[in-house]
Amino acid sequence: MAQVPQPTSAMQPVLRALRLPHLGAGSKIAALVLAVIVVLTLLAGWIAPHDPLAMNPMARLQGPIEGHPLGTDNFGRDIFSRVLIGGQLSLIIGIATAVVSVLLGLIIGMIAGFFRTADAIIMRAMDALMAIPSILLAIALVALNGPSVGSVIAAITIPEIPRVVRLVRAVVLSAREEPYVEAAIALGTPMRKILVRHLVPNTTAPLIVQGTYILASAILTEAILSFLGAGVSTETPTWGNIMAEGRLFFRIKPELILYPGIALSLCILSINLLGDAARDMLDPRLKKRAG
Amino acid sequence: MQFKTRNFDAADVVLEARDLTVTLPETPGNPAVLKGIDVTIRAGETVCLVGESGSGKSVTSLAIMGLLPDALRVAGGTIRLQGRDLLPLSQAEMRDLRAARVAMIFQEPMTALNPVLRVGDQIMEVMELHTDLSATERRRRAVAIMEQVHLPDVERIFRSYPHQLSGGQRQRIMIAMALVLEPVLLIADEPTTALDVTTQKQILALIDELQKGHGTAVLFITHDMGVVAEIADTVYVMKQGEIVEHGAVETLLRSPQADYTRKLLKAVPSLSPREARPQAADAVLRVERLNKIYGGGGILRKLPQAHAARDVTFALSRGRTLGIVGESGSGKSTVARCIMRLIDPSSGRILLDDADIAGLSRAALRPHRQKLQVVFQDPMRSLNPRWTIGESLIEGPLNYGTSRADAMAEAARLMGVVGLPADALARYPHQFSGGQRQRIAIARAVMMRPDVLVADEAVSALDVSVQAQVLDLLDQLQRDLGIAIVFITHDLRVAAQICDEVIVMQRGAVVEHGPAGEVLAAPAHPYTRALIEAAPGRSWDFQNFRAMPEVRHAEPA
Repeated sequence: MAQVPQPTSAMQPVLRALRLPHLGAGSKIAALVLAVIVVLTLLAGWIAPHDPLAMNPMARLQGPIEGHPLGTDNFGRDIFSRVLIGGQLSLIIGIATAVVSVLLGLIIGMIAGFFRTADAIIMRAMDALMAIPSILLAIALVALNGPSVGSVIAAITIPEIPRVVRLVRAVVLSAREEPYVEAAIALGTPMRKILVRHLVPNTTAPLIVQGTYILASAILTEAILSFLGAGVSTETPTWGNIMAEGRLFFRIKPELILYPGIALSLCILSINLLGDAARDMLDPRLKKRAG
Repeated sequence: MQFKTRNFDAADVVLEARDLTVTLPETPGNPAVLKGIDVTIRAGETVCLVGESGSGKSVTSLAIMGLLPDALRVAGGTIRLQGRDLLPLSQAEMRDLRAARVAMIFQEPMTALNPVLRVGDQIMEVMELHTDLSATERRRRAVAIMEQVHLPDVERIFRSYPHQLSGGQRQRIMIAMALVLEPVLLIADEPTTALDVTTQKQILALIDELQKGHGTAVLFITHDMGVVAEIADTVYVMKQGEIVEHGAVETLLRSPQADYTRKLLKAVPSLSPREARPQAADAVLRVERLNKIYGGGGILRKLPQAHAARDVTFALSRGRTLGIVGESGSGKSTVARCIMRLIDPSSGRILLDDADIAGLSRAALRPHRQKLQVVFQDPMRSLNPRWTIGESLIEGPLNYGTSRADAMAEAARLMGVVGLPADALARYPHQFSGGQRQRIAIARAVMMRPDVLVADEAVSALDVSVQAQVLDLLDQLQRDLGIAIVFITHDLRVAAQICDEVIVMQRGAVVEHGPAGEVLAAPAHPYTRALIEAAPGRSWDFQNFRAMPEVRHAEPA
């Protein structure tokens, strides 16, 4: 009883999730794989043996040869370099989507959960947003604004926001009935402070989990959009548009799809596994408090 | 007080636990939760197991049922049901015994019943699992047992879902399920704690009646000495996994031997009202014709309305306590929340130091919040689990411009006043017991130097001995600081202990209002009388181990 815990209360779930020794073997491997992917793509500029855009018509559709460990594509570009560089944009889009949708969803969800009048309006708007198929929305946005990174991020973020809003709203709705929130009202604590200091910490655990799923699904959606030709312009390689280009030569040279596909699958699988681990780790704590 | 005085020496022993020891093997040191207890229950006997939370009452019942959680292990001793040792039995054998021979009813019938099955089917299911009766025979017996537990309109209730029934009806269904196979032993774990007193009285009478009819032995677990006085033949007092004393109910209540039993009985609040304190000339809080109506909105048609508070009027002066008493749904908490302006009253005035706060906006209310503080029922949830005690305590003063250092110094001082160590400020709520947390919640309210403190069932979740300490603390603070207290409670004993004035509410309306002494000693309204009559053990003076002096009743109005 005498020991005094660290006063980092709001961060406790995060710190607990990061305490690796508690992870199972599967999650440890996932963390390792993800770390390798992230490091490789971050350092792609230095590691990549070739300019990912440099064409070489003399060496088209080659198998693994010297200087091109994974071979070349139909323009003679080095597949290894392209997959490495392509990962950068895929990850950027994934992370940006996760961060933006979680942040916006958090703000909107807090307002919806705490203010009854705003709730009805916001939630109907969110229902409407959820009714729009994300792929269709993306195609429409790209058609309007051109195939830029910004419009792809927007296209993936917008349909994710309602999910985050619903999650945050549900947490806030139950947390604001807690006596300690009512006591804070009685103590004259301003609404803004109640939201930030009493209610937001309750949302961290579910949002960490939700964020990892959004990250994974955003990378995947980006790939789908690129594959459909509604993604980022093919001048900037992403895992998705590398595969999209490669599908034309799928029969002759499946590696064009295989390698970016492997990178994509490993990345999403490991993120999802880590998300599951985070959920398992944060859940018992929630259960304990409820009991 | 009419105690049960039957003798069971000749009756068959139904259950015998000898030297029963249960430990927590996964916790370092393998601490014992039950330390070699002996319990004997005979046919037709009602054995009450009393003790405060953590004393091991429920663990005892779960051990008998073979339902101990994984973390607990029976480390020694025997449990014999009609001579048959239960401990070596397999899960499957225990499953056959449960319901058929030993049945259990729980505190919260809503969670013990399956919400998506009709209650009739749930009763029939018990028979389906344990007998090979035909469907028609099962149905016939289900209806018969439902009639025995005095459910009205059995055919309709048979087809109802749990949420369509009242708490008392649900508990009757639980009892019907428990008794339909005529078990030899019924274990009742706080079966009336979640019920209103009037319902509690009916359920206790029902258990008694069925026990007489079927000759069932009953193991009744409770923390309420009043209930014990009403129903027990034999009482076992538990403390920290040990039986400190057992004996026939009257002997135990008249001449308790163990210190702990005496302490427990002394802590039972007396039903005789306290002496009222003088009323000051000007009231600090005046509530005039307060109304709260829920529902009634709707765009196309008017939605049904619920009148949760109807024309509530009272005045409260400094240093006095007003009790608002009533059963669940009486509107007492609605009144408290309206005064606190946690909800908006539909009409009426709430005058705090002559300023009407009933209609003020959130912003306009802020300066008044300081004078009006609240303590809630659930000590587990009334402090933010992520904040240190210190942070929680200084939240209010910081809002009103006190410097952090000053607020912390005051918080440290108040920790001393409420009897907690000063280093408590750096700790988190989960490191404290329920009673300690409730003191912290009170300290947090007092930090604001309020004029009025609203205590909404502030001691209802606490054990009696802790309850007494918290009530003493409130009393002391009231004497020192002259705070006016609005005390919401369903417990007449608590109300009698601390209130100068009492309001009795029923279905949103005030049915009786007057000095505590008059209302409790000579209730004028039939509902107040029913409440007092339903208070278990009301004619026994637990603190002095004797019967209460005759209470005079006013003639029915």
